[in-house]
Amino acid sequence: MVGSSSSWSTALVKISPYTFASIGIAISIGVSVLGAAWGIYITGSSLIGAAIKAPRITSKNLISVIFCEAVAIYGVIVAIILQTKLESVPSSRIYDPESLRAGYAIFASGIIVGFANLVCGLCVGIIGSSCALSDAQNSSLFVKILVIEIFGSALGLFGVIVGIIMSAQATWPSKG
Amino acid sequence: MYGFEALTFNVHGGYLEAIVRGYRSGLLTAADYNNLCQCESLEDIKMHLSATEYGPYLQNEPSPLHTTTIVEKCTLKLVDEYKQMLCQATEPLSTFLEYITYGHMIDNVVLIVTGTLHERDVQELLEKCHPLGMFDSIATLAVAQNMRELYRLVLVDTPLAPYFSECITSEDLDDMNIEIMRNTLYKAYLQDFYRFCQKLGGATSEIMSDILAFEADRRAVNITINSIGTELTRDDRRKLYSNFGLLYPYGHEELAISEDIDQVRGVMEKYPPYQSIFSKLSYGESQMLDKAFYEEEVKRLCLAFEQQFHYGVFFAYMRLREQEIRNLMWISECVAQNQKSRVHDSVVFIF
Repeated sequence: MVGSSSSWSTALVKISPYTFASIGIAISIGVSVLGAAWGIYITGSSLIGAAIKAPRITSKNLISVIFCEAVAIYGVIVAIILQTKLESVPSSRIYDPESLRAGYAIFASGIIVGFANLVCGLCVGIIGSSCALSDAQNSSLFVKILVIEIFGSALGLFGVIVGIIMSAQATWPSKG
Repeated sequence: MYGFEALTFNVHGGYLEAIVRGYRSGLLTAADYNNLCQCESLEDIKMHLSATEYGPYLQNEPSPLHTTTIVEKCTLKLVDEYKQMLCQATEPLSTFLEYITYGHMIDNVVLIVTGTLHERDVQELLEKCHPLGMFDSIATLAVAQNMRELYRLVLVDTPLAPYFSECITSEDLDDMNIEIMRNTLYKAYLQDFYRFCQKLGGATSEIMSDILAFEADRRAVNITINSIGTELTRDDRRKLYSNFGLLYPYGHEELAISEDIDQVRGVMEKYPPYQSIFSKLSYGESQMLDKAFYEEEVKRLCLAFEQQFHYGVFFAYMRLREQEIRNLMWISECVAQNQKSRVHDSVVFIF
């Protein structure tokens, strides 16, 4: 559009809402899995080393790995939910405010879930590592440290809840 | 950055840290020491130790047992564990683990040079060296006549080379010079190790700085007490003190001019952490000082295990094992010489 003013806000608004929505979905699954993997390797390396001296800890301490894995599953679930919210709109209405709102809502939902799961996975992983090392020395400590891990894994759930609420209001303009 | 080690430490160090904590759980407890102190003979000691982790190392020893055999086998266990950790370590942990052994290397070098001076056989001396401090060309130390040759022939290829810059002279080696050489080398080593830990940053530098500062201060006090009444001048004494630690620089100034133990005590009592050590000794007594220092060191080393994700646990474990071997040596000697009343004079309980 020759002659119209150009500014950063105009440029931002002219990015297709499909872009934002797709990036949101990518972040929700990608960053969640990053958090889960990070947590698993932190726990796993300590668990393997500690289990050499105290083999009895292996079966119980797999719970820590399972908690980290749950974080990745949250990311997958939310990504699947978000991608069902992606609909096509006619090209004349693609830059309508309604349309932009839907795109931004999916994007925000993806970021919320992704980063909440990233830090949750890290938290559970670090606690799981300490849990394995303490359990190897004194088996009565395991259950007490597990309670801390349970509180930590609730952080991911908070992210999932808010993400799903955000995405529920992502209504694209209807055809016609 | 201090506080965020947990995010990346386990990539390279997680497995080994878990292994070293497993080794630590095998250290002898107070109950074990009580059993050992009540033994009547070295055979009893061997029997009690075979129930601990030292079992596989001692079970094949024929009786009659000597105290040196017990100590040798226990040291062998420590060396095996160290080598297992070293071969699986990556940088910078492998450099850190190697730094731990340089102190033993210095002791071995001094042992061989002193022994040669007193015309002992090289093979006999090599057997007495600490296995952690061995290096390839150690036997050629017997050939050197003065420090410059020592450096040029042997030590330039070892990790000790950078520590020699301060003590290369052309004087012939005699007892006094060798002690000064030992202390100068150790001072350079401690300062190098301290700088290395500072470079590592994070929890490692925090915890190791505390432990190394205590080591530097302890050596300063020992140098002062041992050189009272010898020909070591005050300037020479000052040159042997490290440039870090609680006592640096003002405590070193006062220690350099101390002429007897009570003056040393006066200097040390100004520093709260050392006041508690010196208050346990009555005036004029210095035999219990060693034990008091060992107890304080063990306390600080045990504290290193309270935190996760740093390298201080490796250093602390090696030192605690060495203390345990010293305890075992003392107990074995007391039992072998039938002086069991003196057993508790020098045993430092770790837990």
